[in-house]
Amino acid sequence: MTTSVDGAPPETGTPLLEVRDLVVHHGQLRALDSISLRVFAGEVYAIIGANGAGKSTLLRTIAGLHQPDGGSVVFDGGDVTRLRPERRARQGIVMVPEGRRLFGSLSVEENLQVGATYARPGPWTIERVYELFGWMRERRNQRTAQLSGGEQQAVAIGRALVANPRVLLLDELSLGLAPVVVQRIYGMLPEILATGMTVLLVEQDVSQALRVASRIHCLLEGRTTLESRPDEVTADKVEAAYFGLATAAAASGPSEGSEP
Amino acid sequence: MAWVNAIIQGVLTGGLYALFACGLSLMFGVMKVVNLAHGDLAVVAGYVAIGVITVTHIPVLWSFLIVIPVMAVLGYVLQRTILQSALDRSVITTLLVTFGLSVVIENGLLQFFTANSRGLGSGLALVEDSFSIGPQIQIAYLLVVIFAVAVVVLLGLQYFLSGSKYGRLIRASADDTEAVQLAGADYRHVFGIAAAVAFATVALAGLAYGMYSQLDPTTGTDTILLFAFAAVVIGGLGSLWGTLLGGIVLGVAQQIGAQINLSDEVLAGYLVFLAILVLRPQGLTARRTQS
Amino acid sequence: MSLVTDTSTPPVAGFRVTRSRRSVAWTGVGALAVVVVLALFPYLVYSGTTTILVQAFIVLTLASMWNLLAGYAGLVSVGQQAFVGLGAYFVLILAIHGASPFAALPVAALGCGVAALPMWWLVSRLRSGYFAIATWVLAATIMLIIEKFSSIGGGTGMPLPGLAGLSPALLTAYTYWAGLAVTVVAMAAVYVLLRGRLGLVLTAIRDDEVAARSSGARVGLARLLVFVVAGAGCGAAGALLAISQLQVQPSAVFSVQWTAEMAFATIIGGLGTIEGPIIGTAVYIVLQQTLASYNAWYLIVLGLVAIVVALYARRGIWGLVDTHLSVRLFPVGYWLRTPGDVDRRSVRDV
Repeated sequence: MTTSVDGAPPETGTPLLEVRDLVVHHGQLRALDSISLRVFAGEVYAIIGANGAGKSTLLRTIAGLHQPDGGSVVFDGGDVTRLRPERRARQGIVMVPEGRRLFGSLSVEENLQVGATYARPGPWTIERVYELFGWMRERRNQRTAQLSGGEQQAVAIGRALVANPRVLLLDELSLGLAPVVVQRIYGMLPEILATGMTVLLVEQDVSQALRVASRIHCLLEGRTTLESRPDEVTADKVEAAYFGLATAAAASGPSEGSEP
Repeated sequence: MAWVNAIIQGVLTGGLYALFACGLSLMFGVMKVVNLAHGDLAVVAGYVAIGVITVTHIPVLWSFLIVIPVMAVLGYVLQRTILQSALDRSVITTLLVTFGLSVVIENGLLQFFTANSRGLGSGLALVEDSFSIGPQIQIAYLLVVIFAVAVVVLLGLQYFLSGSKYGRLIRASADDTEAVQLAGADYRHVFGIAAAVAFATVALAGLAYGMYSQLDPTTGTDTILLFAFAAVVIGGLGSLWGTLLGGIVLGVAQQIGAQINLSDEVLAGYLVFLAILVLRPQGLTARRTQS
Repeated sequence: MSLVTDTSTPPVAGFRVTRSRRSVAWTGVGALAVVVVLALFPYLVYSGTTTILVQAFIVLTLASMWNLLAGYAGLVSVGQQAFVGLGAYFVLILAIHGASPFAALPVAALGCGVAALPMWWLVSRLRSGYFAIATWVLAATIMLIIEKFSSIGGGTGMPLPGLAGLSPALLTAYTYWAGLAVTVVAMAAVYVLLRGRLGLVLTAIRDDEVAARSSGARVGLARLLVFVVAGAGCGAAGALLAISQLQVQPSAVFSVQWTAEMAFATIIGGLGTIEGPIIGTAVYIVLQQTLASYNAWYLIVLGLVAIVVALYARRGIWGLVDTHLSVRLFPVGYWLRTPGDVDRRSVRDV
């Protein structure tokens, strides 16, 4: 396995973001079954799993769009479980939602301006986003509907960046995009991380996740099946965890949830 | 020449109708709330002004400075409490709740103030005087002022929505409340601001109408709500300036109808509205057909 | 709940889908008894009571129609007073030309049903909120048009001819029976419609319109049908109104107050339930009688209660009853009986 982007910090000390025994129900379905994880500052933490495994639910719960039925979300030592999503965003947990969710009646620049409305102080400005994505400045007054999928994804990321988050949540970046475009976008991660950000991402493309992550966490039907560093795990193990074909023993980290 | 006079009157009245309509349009465009109590709130503003003037004897125009901010605050509170709760439940609930409000307000006014109509600012030179262009054209100063005010308000709204921080947040919240939360904005607060702005225009409309004509408990629905709605549909849903155009078309239709037969003024306006509904349901300014 | 279905084998033994025949039988008997007792009222009670009951019949019919529109078809119409007025004027016009107003009643209902067609064509393209106001504008327009004809009273209205030959007692009784008949027919019609295919389609639309369309439901046609039936029902109520008032005044019969009353009664009683309008009408009559001397108060109170109910008790009084007792007077749903199932509560009901 290739090494992760930033050289994998040690998993010691206080985590920046922590999820403890998170339980989320969708009606009678248990979407998340006692999930726990810890993300340390500077990491790229990837959550992988098949469709319906609970990845997006997990991210959305961390962002505050879902209220969990059990467990807690702890950010920088403080319990944010009951905090509304906008308050979490202002504290530094900013999500780039699945499907981009740009504001259709606003221009590119206006989208970024909205993102910057409640920004924390930091290095990211609209100008800097224009520098990161070279094409954006010229097209800043265009309606977002006229952009390609990859360009929209860039604007969505930019909108989150200008808020100067401490933890950037990326939900299914690669969805609906050509592989080349996906590569290019993930290629921006180093620059983003260099400004002191931590990234927690959900990715359906496992190989992409393994390429960029310092640690991966695999979900299957709402339960944790694997948590490890990319270089400590074999392809077979990942596959087993992903598809649940065998009872995979977790390499490290929290124990699995109970049987349904 | 009487016809020219009628058309001019109609165009100017269009400004008043645009003033009626912009609050309705704003609330629907942003929050998808059709406020059936819209007109009644305008009447409430008028009655409050009358009350304030009666008690404090301040000049009519000064009462605007009190009533409009009060109504704006009322709008914020109403939106954050009742309307947001209704919105959270369903579209039908918002209709039921605002309809209920409309009936309660009208009957409340009827109960406490009787069915007598009242006006604002009788005796004011602004209200009484008019000027002439030639022998047959007589234009009331008030109407011109109201038209100018309507244009200013529409310009202000346009600038507010396109160029200011809250204007952007309002448009963004209208697009996607979840995404705007992720950007750190409390959309309920943003909606409250939008409602406050809408209610401020509603108050202005009510006060203007109170000066131009008389207010009674049923004016809110009979005149203001239905005319506002007609103006919006004729002009085109979702377009602020279309509302002005719609108001003008409505006003002109009414005046022409009055020329044909004095009692057919209102009917003529509605017939034009129905015609637009049949022939061009998306309104005069919209490009796409409304589904 | 996981329903394991294997479509290649016959349904699992012991499961039956029924239309709750037992409770329908009880309701049918009960309803018949109530109707018979009510029919005897002119012989039993003072005319003051029957007059109040005629009012109740009008409101109940209107509420049932409004419930059909808003509670089942999702159409919030604030212009049903158009049909109330049209129904009244149909009767007036026919009476002027020599017909008996009572005979004119069903014709008026029919006429309103037909009138509903062009009206639907005008407003159906608009979405909910604007649809509502458009119906209001339409009602106002119709009133303005009718007011132009002085032969039927113009703007001030005129008395209803054709009933002078009847003694007061007989007139009251006939009016009462006409009211009872209208209400029974209206509610029976609603019940039959909802129990049949239309009811299924409407529920499907209510749950998920896109899914309903894609599974073949003719959404537009269903809504049109509901609008026409509601038009006819409100027209019948309007005709009844004309007969009970013995005069037809445009501002009275076309007043939006009718919509307010039918809407509030429905909401308070229970929107989307057939039993709701009955309860709501009862509440309305009680309020109106106790607050009658206070003019507009009963509407204010009714309105406030309706707002609170709409926000916090979505299915009204009947909804509260239903949640706790699982009773259905007018069942239109389906019951799934599992083998060995005694508890009739474990069902998926409409």
